[in-house]
Amino acid sequence: MAAQVTKSRPTGASLPADAEIAIIGAGVMGLALAYNLALLGVKRVVVLDGHYLAWGASGRNGGGVRQQWSTEMNIRLMQESVELCAGFARELGINVWMRRGGYLFLARTAAARARLEKNVALQNRCDVPTRLVRPEDARAIVPELDVEGFEAACYNATDGIVFPWPFLWGYARAAGRRGVSIHTGTPVTAIEGAAGAFLLHTPKGILRAARVVCASGAWSPEVSRLAGVALPDWPVRHEILSTEPLKPFLKPMVSVIESGLYFSQSLRGELVGGISMPEERGGARQIRLTSSLAFLQTMARAMTEIMPVLAAVKVVRQWAGPYDMSPDGNPIVGEAPDRPGFYVCCGFQGHGFMMAPVVARYYARALAGETPHAFFEAWRADRFTRSGPGPASGGERETMIIG
Amino acid sequence: MSRKVILCRCEDVTLADIQHAVAAGYADLEEIKRYTGFGTGPCQGKECLREVALAIAAAGARQPETIAPFTTRPPLVPTELGLLAGRAAPAKRRAGT
Repeated sequence: MAAQVTKSRPTGASLPADAEIAIIGAGVMGLALAYNLALLGVKRVVVLDGHYLAWGASGRNGGGVRQQWSTEMNIRLMQESVELCAGFARELGINVWMRRGGYLFLARTAAARARLEKNVALQNRCDVPTRLVRPEDARAIVPELDVEGFEAACYNATDGIVFPWPFLWGYARAAGRRGVSIHTGTPVTAIEGAAGAFLLHTPKGILRAARVVCASGAWSPEVSRLAGVALPDWPVRHEILSTEPLKPFLKPMVSVIESGLYFSQSLRGELVGGISMPEERGGARQIRLTSSLAFLQTMARAMTEIMPVLAAVKVVRQWAGPYDMSPDGNPIVGEAPDRPGFYVCCGFQGHGFMMAPVVARYYARALAGETPHAFFEAWRADRFTRSGPGPASGGERETMIIG
Repeated sequence: MSRKVILCRCEDVTLADIQHAVAAGYADLEEIKRYTGFGTGPCQGKECLREVALAIAAAGARQPETIAPFTTRPPLVPTELGLLAGRAAPAKRRAGT
């Protein structure tokens, strides 16, 4: 496959001296934010990244886009984000390989079943057409499933999957055409100054920025620390694998609540998926991007248990990326505590990619001076500080964190 | 006869795709892998990595000696899920049964 091409180089060569808004992180969140700022007419937006496009978690995730959540905030945001994804090819002129085959969640325990029932009722109230299905009826959606031992399932046909990489090319190209300056291979090594005149040191020179947004995903704590901002999120390694391409046979993303197993078939034909590895949740705050045999074995056992026919399918590649975890399960956004002019947008628990189109839209509007979306209050960055309102203000804990 | 030159047979990436990627500003094998999808199919780059590297050099984006291969991902060869799971693959149906 080939992405649509452009004549203009998306990554500029020389660093400008000044920025109105400097965004640190050229992942989907930073690039989508830059694009939305440019749409609103904000000038002198600069995006900096230490690596190449798609190096980080935006290039390492499974590409799921779903509206099945346990909180109204996430359901409503993702309804809008899925529609933005569906219009992406038309709006930005690039094929993102979107396929709306739905998401099928399966639960083994009565407790998980009760949670799914509650979630489905809430989703229905928000006009998401999720329905509970009996496990044996899930086979009408995915005939290859072995549903023995499952208590319940739910299915929403309007969820889907995308191929993550073209989102980055699409946002980068569209932002670049609107005057945004994007610099990959340009790590920020020190941050001085204050609102109105932050000084971002890089190997290519110093960028002076009136405001700074840290959109560095799981790398946000270390980036923010340069500005003297302590963030409470931490990285958890998640591994993922891809199989050889198969003929199209699998309609929805299939996911198991208890194990965190998920896999789907992309438009390229391959199966892509991952699973929870509880031993990864330890206290290590270092980001590790290595692959493990333990993951391959755990994933292979889970996939062949739920779909025995997959035993003959070959794995061609595995890799890893970090989830960006926050203490109360909700993201961390807005102005950093005690650091006016320094904004953060992180803590998205492994679903930042699918949320980026909608979060970036409202984040840009707030930076441009419009009334902030309600998530700015619910997910405010100062809720974890002693003088802040406390984590309980983060709103209801989201329980549909998968993988 | 078509003048299309296929460099990555698994993912149908052509010489023109690589030239377009270079024209768009991508010069690194890691970036071009992600921009075009080359090397992500069943052969995982074994057939095409050298050809794409040569195409990048020929397009003038990099000196050949500065082009590093992309990260090699496990497993070394495509491996059946059944084998990794410690289960035998489904028995092949015998003729007449």
